[in-house]
Amino acid sequence: VSSAPGAPAYVLPAAMPRPVPEADKLDAPYWEGTRAGELRVQRCRRCREFQWGPEWICHKCLAFEMEWVAVAPRGRIYSWERAWHPVHPALKDHGPYVVVLVELPEAGNVRMIGNLVGDPVQPVQIGAPVDAVFEPHDDATPPYTLVQWKRSTR
Amino acid sequence: VRNDRTIRGKVAVVGIGETAYYKHGRAPEPEFTLALKAILTACEDAGIDPRRVDGFASYSNDRNDPSRIAAALGLPELRFSNMQWGGGGGGGSAAVGNAAAAIAAGYADCVVVFRALAQGQFQRFGSAPPGGTVSGEAALTFPYGLISPAQRFAMRVMRFMHDHRVKQEAQRAIALASYHHAQANPRAVMHGRPLTAEAYDASRWIVEPFRLYDCCMENDGAAALVLVSAERARDTRRRPAYLLGVAQGSEYRNAARGHNAPTYASSSFTTVAPHLWEMSGLQPKDVSVVQSYENFTGGVLMSLVEHGFFAPEEANEFLTFANLIAPSGRLPLNTSGGNLAECYMHGLELQIEAVRQLRGESTSQVKDARVGLVISGPMVTPVSSMLLGTEDTL
Repeated sequence: VSSAPGAPAYVLPAAMPRPVPEADKLDAPYWEGTRAGELRVQRCRRCREFQWGPEWICHKCLAFEMEWVAVAPRGRIYSWERAWHPVHPALKDHGPYVVVLVELPEAGNVRMIGNLVGDPVQPVQIGAPVDAVFEPHDDATPPYTLVQWKRSTR
Repeated sequence: VRNDRTIRGKVAVVGIGETAYYKHGRAPEPEFTLALKAILTACEDAGIDPRRVDGFASYSNDRNDPSRIAAALGLPELRFSNMQWGGGGGGGSAAVGNAAAAIAAGYADCVVVFRALAQGQFQRFGSAPPGGTVSGEAALTFPYGLISPAQRFAMRVMRFMHDHRVKQEAQRAIALASYHHAQANPRAVMHGRPLTAEAYDASRWIVEPFRLYDCCMENDGAAALVLVSAERARDTRRRPAYLLGVAQGSEYRNAARGHNAPTYASSSFTTVAPHLWEMSGLQPKDVSVVQSYENFTGGVLMSLVEHGFFAPEEANEFLTFANLIAPSGRLPLNTSGGNLAECYMHGLELQIEAVRQLRGESTSQVKDARVGLVISGPMVTPVSSMLLGTEDTL
């Protein structure tokens, strides 16, 4: 994480694509949750299956009864990659960064994508425990909050 | 009980056509013109009057509408027009299967499968689309710099390599084989540009575990194949390549958003490949030569595993340069140079190379090639694969 003194600390530049909820509001509760510092996923009211990414129906029991629940903001690295080639203009001259796929054992092993906070050339271990770090972009229009991950000492 | 619900032996590829292949943005003609020229070349190769074509099939949202083509070519009638859902090259073999199904079902008599790409005239695949906001699945990935196809699929391959202790050298062997074959192929964009193991090792990372040479090119060009019934194929001038099986699809919840596919470290063929073998009545050992879509070498690696050529734990041992080259290798792979080194014709150049092998006309010919496997678009959904055979395999 690098930034000017006093400026918000982002893993990637502020000019990266900005997330907005879908037009049909399917994922709006997720993005509202990250603004509130909560990691929310879907859970079926009928069969209690966790579900992520979001969908209007439960893939297990086919009930249209999905609710949103806050889950423990911790998991372990399921896979990862280190990107070097800048595919977006905002990444030009930025250098490498790590993207992790994190599974959440306390939420049915659903997986979340984020960046790994810290040294971009650090060694990365599949299975390593990580904790969520909320990264608010308060000055964006509209404001949004990303969920990043840092190595845990657990 | 004889099962009629098979495409085996019912339809053949009787004509193939390509434009010259260009680096992306270098095509001197509009994309639509490239499409028309590839189609006309394929008809000429087949010895079939283009006015006899009555159907078209393509994939990946090809921009060249069959109705416009039919009008441009003055076709007496259009009887079949088909677009395979899904992106990437996953629809290459499925489009052939869809065309064949139309012929077998009597919807049309002479169907052309085609793909045309002029990247310089439109958006490239490997760069971010314009626009400042993203929603849906992209909202879960783009803000974190997981944007391009390479970035999307590196995550799957990384997990597969971890699970099965696959070494970088296995991916390297795939890249070296493609470049080796391209040196014999004057059509190849990378003809005259050999790749050494040292140059591969020194190349930059695009996204770990993919180096530059693990990634396909992007190109301009067009390719087409002409299909007719097996009965009509006997009257055409070229040696027909008979369809022995086609399968398409993907496994359980492959498209679960945000990289939540339960079978994650997969090329999406775990359920598709068994259907292909069952329909064809063949096994991996019957295959003479394989053309396997390289969006990224790791996808080829998993595709070959999922089609049963070796177990994941055998990948390091099996995937060597010597094993993958024609004519001497155990499993000659991508004998035209493929997406890495011939042309990224969205994989349709692989179907054409498979036909060439069965005709005995490849620039890296496998001796007595009788059965060719084509694997299309690993790691997307749906994916597809197909088997072609010479007449004596029927």
